[in-house]
Amino acid sequence: DQVFHIVPETLQQVQHLQHLCSTLLLDLWKPQLPEDISTGEDLHIRVPARLVQEVKDSLDHHMISYKVLIPDVQELVDQSMPKERKSHRQVPEGYVYTQYHPMDEIYQWMTQIQKSNSELVTQHSLGKTIENRTLYYLQISQPSDKTKKIIWMDCGIHAREWISPAFCQWFVKEILQNYKSDPKISRFLQNLDLYVLPVLNIDGYMYSWEKDRLWRKNRSPYMNGTCYGTDLNRNFNSSWGSIGVSYNCTSEIFCGSGPESEPETRAVAQFIEKKKSDILCYLTIHSYGQYILTPYGSTTEPPSNSEELMHVAKKAADALMGKYGTSYEVGSTSLILYSNSGSSRDWAHMIGIPFSYTFELRDNGTHGFLLPSEQIQPTCEETM
Amino acid sequence: DIDDVGHKYYLELVLEDVLDKDSTVNCTAEVLYHLGNKNIAPDVQFTLEGELKNTEEADNIFYSRIKSLEKELVAENIPDSHGNVPPEMEPVRLLAWVASGYVIWQNSTENTKFQLAQIKRVKQVKRSDEYLEFDYTILLHEMVSQEIIPWQMTVLWHPQHGVQVTQDSRQPKHASQ
Repeated sequence: DQVFHIVPETLQQVQHLQHLCSTLLLDLWKPQLPEDISTGEDLHIRVPARLVQEVKDSLDHHMISYKVLIPDVQELVDQSMPKERKSHRQVPEGYVYTQYHPMDEIYQWMTQIQKSNSELVTQHSLGKTIENRTLYYLQISQPSDKTKKIIWMDCGIHAREWISPAFCQWFVKEILQNYKSDPKISRFLQNLDLYVLPVLNIDGYMYSWEKDRLWRKNRSPYMNGTCYGTDLNRNFNSSWGSIGVSYNCTSEIFCGSGPESEPETRAVAQFIEKKKSDILCYLTIHSYGQYILTPYGSTTEPPSNSEELMHVAKKAADALMGKYGTSYEVGSTSLILYSNSGSSRDWAHMIGIPFSYTFELRDNGTHGFLLPSEQIQPTCEETM
Repeated sequence: DIDDVGHKYYLELVLEDVLDKDSTVNCTAEVLYHLGNKNIAPDVQFTLEGELKNTEEADNIFYSRIKSLEKELVAENIPDSHGNVPPEMEPVRLLAWVASGYVIWQNSTENTKFQLAQIKRVKQVKRSDEYLEFDYTILLHEMVSQEIIPWQMTVLWHPQHGVQVTQDSRQPKHASQ
């Protein structure tokens, strides 16, 4: 990240700068508020690394001269506050999978993972979040002449469920570290492609790091910006808005203004819809509760392949328990948990993906969303 | 179903010691959820088949430690964002857990499932008698609505006299959303 120093010369420049700050949600260091930006007065803005080029281009285009006051904000922070985690930050060889990571680090991790495993991994964009951040998934695919079926897994639909993105990262690492030596994984990749979305609700996840640890929804503004957030797992087009939701933005289970009203939902749904004939299995990872949930949440009517779904889920739960004795309950959401509509899992099954599961990872409520980082490893190992 | 009264559940459960997973006690219970009026806590009757572990030693250690503090204990965010609890705060967390059990019981219906999500703030209140008093602001997570509900509770504790919640009230959610 860099901090720019600008002294606006004309009213037009002021207006452009105000516009830039509010649309890109830039961090104003001086003055405090965009409305206080004025001609002849010092302006200090912190620009996140990924937007530096865009901002520079915009300033050049509008003939606004600037100086880079701080070329590397992180360096300054580290100097003032030595962190023991510093050495682990950039490099996946040193990436600490047993710690929770903020979004910036996860973005860097994705780039690095692709770079160091380019024969197998490609990174793709699905679209943007409401706050204009890019949604990326990783495709793990062994080159072959046959078309392979796809297993899709997304993590972090709900911001506060930190163990979920931690698991996606762990999963990718395990596959890439062991595909040559582990016969099970190697056979897997001969026949299947893995698509992993480490954080679906990026804006919400960042918000849970920076402002409110127990935030759940996305950061979509409603009611003129007086209320924020749609529950993305009530926003899919599966009996949308029918049960287990709220139509009020202040609720944690607000289903949005309509099915797929949120850009995050649309980005994922459009992609999966396109690929659905090749997708064998849809997995979505949540916490907490220790469940493997099958469709549906919106009705107690069992899905057409309910026996097979249950059989596979039970085997998974048994395998999971075999590792550390952790017990998971298996069943349809509407029967063992509560009713809800608009979930991604229900939607995936309704459009024809035969195996669709929600995993609710550890724990049972003792720590709930605040699962200690010491539990990342055992949770991920058993779930793997 | 009990006509005109409510719904009664018969439960067989196993109590597990949080600090010693191999130590278990069987328990049977009856829970009656009252019809209609949502402001009455469910009736609970229970029988323990065996004895609960003696915790005198740990209780006294904690009690002496708090009594000998120079300044009243104050703490925030237990566990922290990463799920960590400093070891000396563990008994404070366990106390909150027990006390929140009372609050949860008083506010439960057949359609709620509460868990203690986090202690937002705890402040020890000075007392002239032998009891320890803590003013907690906790966050309860309700599973069905997925809401996070701030709750204030005043907790009294003494090694020989156990836990008491003398005051509790639901708090308004922040307008910061």
